[in-house]
Amino acid sequence: MVFGQLSYDMAHLLGGGVLLLSFLLLYQRRIAAVITAFAAQGAVLALAVAWQAHAQGAPALYLTALLAGAAKAVLIPLALRRMVARLGLRREVDAPLGIGGSLIAGLALVTLAVTVVPPGAGPVAAAAREDLALALSVVLLGLLMMVTRRNAISVVIGLLSLENGLVLAAAGVRGMPLVVELSSAALVLVLAAVAGFFVLRLRDDLPGGHPPLDLSLLHRFRGERE
Amino acid sequence: MNAVSSIPIWAAHLWLVALLPLAGAALLALLPAQRLAARLNLALAAAQLGLILALAARGRGPEAALLHLDALNLPLLLLAGVIGVTTALYSAATIRGEGFGPRAGRAYHAAFQVFLGANALALLAEDLGVMWVAVEAATVATVLMVALHRTPASIEAAWKFLVLCGTGIALALFGTIALALAAQPLGEGGATALSFGVLRQMAPEADPRLLSLAFVFLLVGYGTKAGLAPLHSWLPDAHAEGPMAISAVLSGLLLNTALHAILRARAVVSGNPEVLPPGALMLAMGLASVLLAAFALWRRRDARRLFAWSSIEHMGLASMAFGLGGPAALAGMLHLLGHSLVKSAVFFGLGRAIQIKGSQRIAAIGGLAESHPLLGWSLALAILAAAGLPPFVLFASEVLLMQQMVTRLPWLALPLGLGLLLAALALLKVLQALCFGPGRAGVPPPDQRHWLGHPAAEWATLLPLHLHLLLALLLGLALPAAGLALLTEAAGIAG
Repeated sequence: MVFGQLSYDMAHLLGGGVLLLSFLLLYQRRIAAVITAFAAQGAVLALAVAWQAHAQGAPALYLTALLAGAAKAVLIPLALRRMVARLGLRREVDAPLGIGGSLIAGLALVTLAVTVVPPGAGPVAAAAREDLALALSVVLLGLLMMVTRRNAISVVIGLLSLENGLVLAAAGVRGMPLVVELSSAALVLVLAAVAGFFVLRLRDDLPGGHPPLDLSLLHRFRGERE
Repeated sequence: MNAVSSIPIWAAHLWLVALLPLAGAALLALLPAQRLAARLNLALAAAQLGLILALAARGRGPEAALLHLDALNLPLLLLAGVIGVTTALYSAATIRGEGFGPRAGRAYHAAFQVFLGANALALLAEDLGVMWVAVEAATVATVLMVALHRTPASIEAAWKFLVLCGTGIALALFGTIALALAAQPLGEGGATALSFGVLRQMAPEADPRLLSLAFVFLLVGYGTKAGLAPLHSWLPDAHAEGPMAISAVLSGLLLNTALHAILRARAVVSGNPEVLPPGALMLAMGLASVLLAAFALWRRRDARRLFAWSSIEHMGLASMAFGLGGPAALAGMLHLLGHSLVKSAVFFGLGRAIQIKGSQRIAAIGGLAESHPLLGWSLALAILAAAGLPPFVLFASEVLLMQQMVTRLPWLALPLGLGLLLAALALLKVLQALCFGPGRAGVPPPDQRHWLGHPAAEWATLLPLHLHLLLALLLGLALPAAGLALLTEAAGIAG
């Protein structure tokens, strides 16, 4: 595959779309908009995987595309939206780094991703390397979202978006074995995270729960201050 | 020997070790009677140990598709079988102290077996993809077990565990994919592209920068699961808030399995001389964990969290030993085995002490040797072993590691020695406080008094504890020649 060929251009267009939506996720100030951006990312991801299935002639990837589309573009966003409405969560994103700050950090991470996945000569096809660089950028931006946002729901969406990057990476490797199994197992993991978030919020609604739940939980060790 | 016809039986035997517990989990999930479930749980763990012993007795057979048995995973698998049985025994005797309802009890036993099965699968996997799926399943099962008490503290601990380990294994998956990409142009792809054997053959010709990238992600990802700094902070809470028996299997099995995954990845990438030195990365992460834990150990007031921090220290030591490689890798193998045995022994004794005293604060447990002499002295022995005192195996492995460090990287011997000394002293201080400090009358919760005095509960705590200590003693003093040969071969694969 070289530049100018349809399969190459389409793969890049769709992969780039996923990355662009990662930036959009970082840019949003309202939780509802974050969920919408995430749903859009899921839809573009499903298209990207389906295109790879077509380009590589790997029908198993269609299944991955279908699963990704159904879960990430439709079901998970619907569930998150209902949770936000029912549990009356805060509607603003709490970003200590500021929106501009996280966008700059995001740009730095994309530069890093492009640097560590060397383009150019080598036994691995250029297209596959560029796909990996795109996917690595999505993974790193997901991580960035997890560490720079305080709301638990942003942490969950960061993890979900990170996992989108993984699916994109797996689909881009021609002849990757077990790709359906791996992507389904990763989906189970993020579903567990969504379920965990739900349990956590329900607990907060019980009398005696902590009011605002945030990432500082991850830094605190309980049971040490009696 | 007609090897050809024995391959399917051999493969079935390997798969059965992993799949029997999973089938048992399905049964346990449907079984409402908790006492029966606890016994069935024990029987399933014993059956798995029997299968593993039969595997060991058969010797190493041909490679089955996706699974294999070699010198590196055989000792870890045997250890997993033994700790599975002793923990199931301990759990059967003390499950009533956890106060689970019928639903939580069913979930607990099913998750326990899912964990044992997934853990065995992760150890046996000959394929990076299968290994990742197994580690992921083991993670989800343990997160469920940590959350079972449904107290705010346990749900927070489970959330932290899920988010940090979920991120960790997501990074490991990225490493796996990058490794597949590095190997892709050299092989024909297909089902075997992630097999360790195939990847090891590819590594010398693969792109070193892609291999380095893959290894860094695999190290940080699986390192999170192994409790290595900087993503270790899930570990103390997960150990402290789940059911007592879970602390034993977390420290005994899960951490080893994660480190084993790193060792497999390292064996692949170190075939290429131009790759970032994997040993140096493991040394750095190991040393950071050892020093961090050695200082953190002094500030703990919660007994279970304290011993969880001690696990971080020991995993750091094992990572340093494997990172140093060569003869030090033998110290790493001994350390992994010894730490699992000793640490789960500590958690058995400590779990019982906590149930008797009704609190897991160190200050509330004091004076155990006076009020409960047998338990107190047994726990004291286990803590001495965990502190790395002779004659137990951790002493042998730490001396071997130190000696290798002094001769090969003398400038690292000083921080390592400092970490070892600080950690050992911290454990001795806690030993003094827990077992010989001023005695306090224990106040067990009222609903537990009737069974705590039951001889079976005492017996089921002390038997596993002493069995583990005996094994740790044997490993340290009287390792049979066949065992030493096996561990040396394992060290050759790992380091």
